[in-house]
Amino acid sequence: MVSNVSNVSNGASDVRAVVAAIPDPEIPVVSIEDLGILRDVTVDGAGHVEVTITPTYSGCPAMEAIQADVHTALAAEGYGDAAVRMVLSPAWSTDWITAAGRRRLEEYGVAPPAPRADDGAVPLTLSVRCPQCGSPETRELSRFGSTACKALWACNCCGEPFDYFKPL
Amino acid sequence: MTAGPATPGSTDRVDLVAYTLRLGDDTLVFSQRLGEWIAASPQLEQDVAIGNIALDLLGQARALLSYAGAVEGRGRDEDVLAYFRDERDFTNVHLVEGASRGDFAITMARLLVFASYQHQLYGRLAGSSDETLAAIAAKAVKEVDYHRDHATQWVLRLGDGTQESHRRMQAALDAVWPDLDELFESDDLVRRLPGVAVDPADLEQPVRGYLRQVLDRATLTVPDVRPAVTGGRRGIHSEVMGFLLAEMQHLARSHPGAQW
Repeated sequence: MVSNVSNVSNGASDVRAVVAAIPDPEIPVVSIEDLGILRDVTVDGAGHVEVTITPTYSGCPAMEAIQADVHTALAAEGYGDAAVRMVLSPAWSTDWITAAGRRRLEEYGVAPPAPRADDGAVPLTLSVRCPQCGSPETRELSRFGSTACKALWACNCCGEPFDYFKPL
Repeated sequence: MTAGPATPGSTDRVDLVAYTLRLGDDTLVFSQRLGEWIAASPQLEQDVAIGNIALDLLGQARALLSYAGAVEGRGRDEDVLAYFRDERDFTNVHLVEGASRGDFAITMARLLVFASYQHQLYGRLAGSSDETLAAIAAKAVKEVDYHRDHATQWVLRLGDGTQESHRRMQAALDAVWPDLDELFESDDLVRRLPGVAVDPADLEQPVRGYLRQVLDRATLTVPDVRPAVTGGRRGIHSEVMGFLLAEMQHLARSHPGAQW
């Protein structure tokens, strides 16, 4: 993750911490930093804040909510004129989800994504571990789930359905 | 949505706008068609799946139309381009506008063809010298990979399923196949944008190769049909296009400037 906190005026790391703590609107146990959606926070000499975010999926409807949440959080800290910039490149990948983010997803009941292969291929046949009981005996119900980023799975052992964060 | 910088460099701005609109119109119109299945699919999981695929396509369309509007520089944003252009201004291919008539197999046949095409297209466009098109494509190709796989799984299941599902899947392919050739039509516009645009003719072999392989595995036959009349890229559409646009545009035109 890129961070320009080193070359800006004092207070930049505090600003970054405020933005980094903003929860994802659809999976509120993880922050936008955990998910790798937050790409950069800069504060220029005049105290103007610019936040750069990237969408998970092209059509992710949470992006507008995230932009609004960033504005609200920064306004509460006195940064009413912050700019939020959305970038598409480099394209977001589930490999950017932090270790803490993966742990929180699993505790919440969402199986974290399998790592992607270097050539971009998705190892779809890999077993997904049930976040409820930990069993590897699971099956895919639907490749597409409650949000663009998740698939619907079920556990053969405990019988519970669960969300799986799809590798992208 | 924020569009990238409008820096077409030496490329003719008008051509770049026209090319980007083609890509955006394909995704927008197919997204609208797929949306018809929400709450009408054979299974709840398919409502969700098709809804998600349509949403991915809509997101791609928003990025493409926003970029076209920004390069054009006449103040037309994604909403103006989607809701306030008329039929002759849309340059999508006929394949994406076709109605499913409530036949799930038709939609899966069309999704298989279109996602296979988009997969090859975006894979190459990710290397475009136009940074914004390259960024949109690099993101979209990963999404389209899932779309193509979804359609592939259904075509395999229906083709290699019961006698009845096989018959209906084959009939659906036969109905969709005449629109295949238009996807690979090359023209002067594309040739005037070397390095920026992907020549559709280059996609024909890999797309047909993938489709043949899926149909073989599904015990289905590659249809031997005459290509349909084309013209989508010049704004000449089939009869169903007007009805599709009427439904898609009616709300925005009835309440101009409405916000939600």
